[in-house]
Amino acid sequence: MQNKVIDVKDVVIRFAGDSGDGMQLTGSLFADMSAIYGNGLSTFPDYPAEIRAPHGTVSGVSGFQVHIGDGSVNTPGDFCDLLVAMNPAALKANAKWCKPTAMILVDDDAFDEAGMKKAGFTTENPFEELHVEDRTLIVAPITTLTKESLKDSGMDQKAILKCKNMFTLGMACYIYSRPLEYIYQYLEKKFSKKHPEVIAPNKKVLNDGFNYAANIQAIPNTYAVAKAADLPKGTYRNITGNQATAWGLIAASEKSGLPLFCGSYPITPATAILEELALHKNLNVRTMQAEDEIAGICTAIGASYAGQLAATTTSGPGISLKSEAMGLAVMAELPLVVVDVQRGGPSTGLPTKTEQTDLDQALYGRNGECPMPVVAAHSPGNCFDAAFNAAKIALEHMTPVLLLSEGFLGNGSEPWRIPSMKDYPAIVPPFVSGELAEGEKFRPFERDPETLVRRWAVPGTKGYEHRVGGLEKNHAGVLSTDPANHAQMVAERAEKVQRIASSLPPLKVRGPQSGKLLVVGWGGTYGHILSAVSEVEGVSFAHFDYILPLPANTGEVLSSFEKVLVCELNSGQFARYLRGLFPGVDIRQCNKVQGQPFLVTEIVEAIQKEM
Amino acid sequence: MGQYTAKDFKSNQEVRWCPGCGDHAVLAALQRALPSVSEEEKLPKEKFVVVSGIGCSSRLPYYMDTYGFHSIHGRATAISTGIKVARPELSVWQACGDGDALAIGGNHFIHAIRRNIDINIVLFNNRIYGLTKGQYSPTSKLGAITKTSPYGTVEPPFNPGSLVIGAKGTFFARSLDMDLKLNEEIMVEAARHKGTSVMEMLTNCVIFNDGTHREISDPAVKADRTIVLRHGEKMIFGANRDKGLVLDGMQLKVVTIGENGITEADILTHDAHCADPGLQLMLAEMKGPDFPVALGILRDVAADTYDKGVNRQVEEVSAKAKVHCVDELLRSGSTWEVV
Ligand SMILES: Cc1ncc(C[n+]2csc(CCOP(=O)(O)OP(=O)(O)O)c2C)c(N)n1
Ligand code: SF4
Ligand SMILES: [Mg+2]
Repeated sequence: MQNKVIDVKDVVIRFAGDSGDGMQLTGSLFADMSAIYGNGLSTFPDYPAEIRAPHGTVSGVSGFQVHIGDGSVNTPGDFCDLLVAMNPAALKANAKWCKPTAMILVDDDAFDEAGMKKAGFTTENPFEELHVEDRTLIVAPITTLTKESLKDSGMDQKAILKCKNMFTLGMACYIYSRPLEYIYQYLEKKFSKKHPEVIAPNKKVLNDGFNYAANIQAIPNTYAVAKAADLPKGTYRNITGNQATAWGLIAASEKSGLPLFCGSYPITPATAILEELALHKNLNVRTMQAEDEIAGICTAIGASYAGQLAATTTSGPGISLKSEAMGLAVMAELPLVVVDVQRGGPSTGLPTKTEQTDLDQALYGRNGECPMPVVAAHSPGNCFDAAFNAAKIALEHMTPVLLLSEGFLGNGSEPWRIPSMKDYPAIVPPFVSGELAEGEKFRPFERDPETLVRRWAVPGTKGYEHRVGGLEKNHAGVLSTDPANHAQMVAERAEKVQRIASSLPPLKVRGPQSGKLLVVGWGGTYGHILSAVSEVEGVSFAHFDYILPLPANTGEVLSSFEKVLVCELNSGQFARYLRGLFPGVDIRQCNKVQGQPFLVTEIVEAIQKEM
Repeated sequence: MGQYTAKDFKSNQEVRWCPGCGDHAVLAALQRALPSVSEEEKLPKEKFVVVSGIGCSSRLPYYMDTYGFHSIHGRATAISTGIKVARPELSVWQACGDGDALAIGGNHFIHAIRRNIDINIVLFNNRIYGLTKGQYSPTSKLGAITKTSPYGTVEPPFNPGSLVIGAKGTFFARSLDMDLKLNEEIMVEAARHKGTSVMEMLTNCVIFNDGTHREISDPAVKADRTIVLRHGEKMIFGANRDKGLVLDGMQLKVVTIGENGITEADILTHDAHCADPGLQLMLAEMKGPDFPVALGILRDVAADTYDKGVNRQVEEVSAKAKVHCVDELLRSGSTWEVV
């Protein structure tokens, strides 16, 4: 049967199943394949905190959403065109994300009495119960078909069942006219060394899924999403935010000529940065999995003191543990990058979900007056630049810097145009040079009059022996409890951070440069806000990559608008910060604290309310 | 005579410890030891780094004319570790108190020992929190009356020696603060030892725990109540050098040479290099009135160090790597062209 291929601008596919069903892999394969094909793309893994949450229950559902388009794609999409649900729980948890026109593909074999009961269905028709009976339903016996497909493969039953996701992926590839070659290549690369025997069966089941979809009547049409035409020319790759963060730090190491040291303790969703850095020892990277987060930052401070580019990577609870040591780095004025991949809080909170709720902690979460520059990444690929810039600020201004990422960015991925390192600036730390005069003592906290940055003398530099530490001292580095000296040092440390603003790019406004409403965001909400403002006429948008200090023109920009709408995934932390600094500006809020990214529609509604 | 004398390691800062505080003597020993270390290791002064946490004893870096880092309470070990991993050619020394190293910093302490990072930890054990003015510490004796234990503590103390040797730490020495000569000797050996060297200095806090070590430090009884262990030498002690240690079955026993047919030949010979910690652990746990307290270097065994391991791996991976710069890294794996 030859059916019609319909060209569409973009589609959103949500793969959902039990956390053991391999949905993350299925989703990423679909995403990678689309990226290489040339689509614009954005992904959103949404998985439970437990590795194997109770089988078949709604809390154990793992999802992976992929949004592909024929142009650049800003968000993983609010609602999906195809929902793949491997069991009743997955359907139950995700039916609400289906567009009215969506297709729903389910594994009929999983919809037995036990499965329905575990998912908490009370009637016999799950689709009616969830009010999605009018969607295009593709009810396929995927388990049976997978078993049938692999019955002669020699694999055991357990291994065969693990291939269900490949059968489903084959079906999805048919529906969206995707060639299977890319996945073949992936399988060959991944398994050729260790498990060459699984390559052929996986290819077969994938192919059988594709053919099955082609043969059944239940799929009325197939769709094609053309290559993105508006993507800038260049070499691309797919990149996650955590990978980009790691690479940005390595890039800063190369540009500064300093080895990179990362001391960290594993924590979701930041762990992948440490894992990624650990892979690249060949690029003069040393990683240390410390005994806890405090040791993570303290080993990094030690490495920084010893003259390296030092970083520590963590998430909110780890930041809490590191706060005393961040204060030490502020006081000793040592360069350090502290990466916080934010997750839902407080406490252990929602470890695998995304939020922007650590902003207050980043700005104020230390004892004493303890200013630290705060930089935020705005997309998975942008994590590279954000990490590079955070390291540049740290090294050139002799200060710890907090880089805020988010679970949504760290785990999310997008096609990324590979930059060339020759386009990145050199990083030049203020090392001491030359010999001191006879009898002259190095004054470690003497400052550059313009930037207020102190000079860096690392152990091994002859004649510059000196002491640093957490106690208050004077410019000579001599301990001091003198009231006036303390007041001056407090002011200088704050002013030093403020003066970084003069080296930052100005805040840019997209749309009218003045007028009624400016929509403002920071961090990982960038894509959603960008999509939202594109849907409303006459609204302007400014996104903050630098939070402390703010770009120098911030006040000027904000006061050019009657109202400013701050959209963020917390209860209003950035809004409150801006109000404190710019009391004359009429600041409105659009907030969400559900452990989930914004929906574009939510932001559109908030904008319309203010218009 | 080498390039430096003790004076070269003295900073111009006024030493602020209480008069009579045991820390003065330990500082003096370190200032005397480092010139020898410098000569032996061919290390100029600028290659020495002294790190500390918080406490009276942690003030030490200010008094040394070296690179110094006075950090935060309990974390010196982690900071030293970072310095040494980053720059293995530096000689890293650490001063910390019993509270600093074993209470708030206990986690870092045991993990430094486990990793065997090549740092030299001088543990000032005055069995009290000095800086905060007299609260009990993890080494305070059971029943110790302090400001936070007015009726006596009900928690037994750590014996740092048992902790280090029990965890198969590679170097442990113990000494009394005023034994300058022995302390200097221990410090030079600690520097020679590649790995985590823990030197427990039994210090006297004249203000908040005066005399806590008196039962062994009092000159009148010291020779009978302590034994200075030296590798390869007989375990003999006593004012008349007539007492010794032997093994009686699985247990240590004090014997008198010349009594019951015991001769010097029967006395145990100290083997600090023995990898099996069994006997060294027993020596570390000896206490009065039945036994002398063991001083000197109890354990000094060779093992791979963490800093070497980390840096060796960097070299090995680099030698085999196909990716040599960030531009190559960014282009590794699947990429595609948009034209
Ligand atoms: C995070 C933190 N907690 C508590 C303190 C207070 N404090 C400073 S030193 C100290 C204990 C000092 O005892 P010890 O480590 O034995 O050193 P000593 O003064 O005896 O040499 C305490 C509790 C601190 N500075 N920082
Ligand atoms: S309080 Fe005790 S430990 Fe502190 S300086 Fe005085 S004597 Fe030494
Ligand atoms: Mg103490």
